[in-house]
Amino acid sequence: MTPGAQNRTLLVSQIKDGTVIDHITAGEALNVLTILGIAGTTTESLSIATNVASGREGRKDIVKIERRELRKEEVDRIALIAPHATINIIRDYEVVEKKGVTIPRVIRAVVKCPNPGCISNASEPIESAFEVLPKGLHCLYCDWMITKDIASHII
Amino acid sequence: MQHIISIRDFSRRDLDHLLDRAEDFAAGGYDRNLLAGKIVALLFFEPSTRTRMSFASAMARLGGDSISVDSVEASSIAKGETLADTIRVVSGYTDAIVLRHPKEGAARLASEFATVPVINAGDGAGQHPSQTLLDLYTIRKSMDIDGLEVGILGDLRYGRTAHSLAYALSLYQVTLHTIAPRGLEFPEGLNHELHDRGMEVKAHRDVKEIIRDLDVLYITRIQKERFPDLGSYYDVASSYRITPETLQGVKDRLILLHPLPRVDEIDPRVDSTPHARYFEQSRNGVPVRMALLSEVMR
Ligand SMILES: [Zn+2]
Repeated sequence: MTPGAQNRTLLVSQIKDGTVIDHITAGEALNVLTILGIAGTTTESLSIATNVASGREGRKDIVKIERRELRKEEVDRIALIAPHATINIIRDYEVVEKKGVTIPRVIRAVVKCPNPGCISNASEPIESAFEVLPKGLHCLYCDWMITKDIASHII
Repeated sequence: MQHIISIRDFSRRDLDHLLDRAEDFAAGGYDRNLLAGKIVALLFFEPSTRTRMSFASAMARLGGDSISVDSVEASSIAKGETLADTIRVVSGYTDAIVLRHPKEGAARLASEFATVPVINAGDGAGQHPSQTLLDLYTIRKSMDIDGLEVGILGDLRYGRTAHSLAYALSLYQVTLHTIAPRGLEFPEGLNHELHDRGMEVKAHRDVKEIIRDLDVLYITRIQKERFPDLGSYYDVASSYRITPETLQGVKDRLILLHPLPRVDEIDPRVDSTPHARYFEQSRNGVPVRMALLSEVMR
């Protein structure tokens, strides 16, 4: 067994109930948590492993959230920065459900529009909304396109 | 419920339909009471007297009423209130809202909170679809849009009327010639988008090198603020100024358009040539806005 495979087995099998997000693009684990709205203030117990050796991607990040099962719509939001992520729902140490992420057509409240003149940056009761296009993210309010470094625009 | 927010939302069929309607209104044989009993709110958070008057006039010609709120009043309504709340409240008073607002995307937001149709009359550096429709309408009155060589001149980097017109023209068989000073060319993204939509776009620096091939020349203002000093502004602006001399050897049918107000971009001696259509263009705002108002309040 390679050290990487050993690591994975070890890391994934540790939690009793909850969600394991595996195969996150290396270095993106904290951004994934930000997008999921799981930050420092959360009551869930979290473990994060970064730059774990992995046969498939070379290196990857893993996030484990105890006692919380994430819904598919919640997790799809991370597809932008971690398109190969897999979601494992764990009950009593067993993986009961495993799914990939799909990039949604429209993402809301994930990315902040870089255009200072955009109404989505004013104090209005709306969330930012971007259409996901092959070239990048298109702001549904002001038509601005984000073509690179999407992670730096995450709210 | 139909909103008029962005020229991007229109198909060629939608555009042609609205332009046909505008033509019917301009011809005069229409029902003067088409919108009798209807009220439109003209909600202007920044001044644009002409656009506001043009909508008020269009509404009156169709027998409807308008409640006009100018920029000073609008900003006091809005004091401490979100645009979303203002729109919810004004929706209760009227049958449609015409909105002008300094923030880009304001009209899209308004359409999410309004219970009546919203017409965008300009949002910041964003969209101003009724201007684009009247530009198209003015071209179409002179000639078939398909097959034209159209030049767009001036500040093409920031000029929203130029972007929006280019976008609309990409629905037709048009070759677009952009004529702009260094640094004020079309944004790269827009060039790609137009190209993806099947439009040929050719960039020029000097209007003289292309003007003889053009059927339409759309002139926009070059703003002083874009230049480091007045000297370099005057150098650039004078080389982009349209004079009777610039027009030597152009096609007979060439028409010159400008969204107005103009400053130095067009020599007043050009006004009396058969090419000058910018005053007619501004008059066309009324039938075009009649078409928009009747479309959303049918
Ligand atoms: Zn935006």
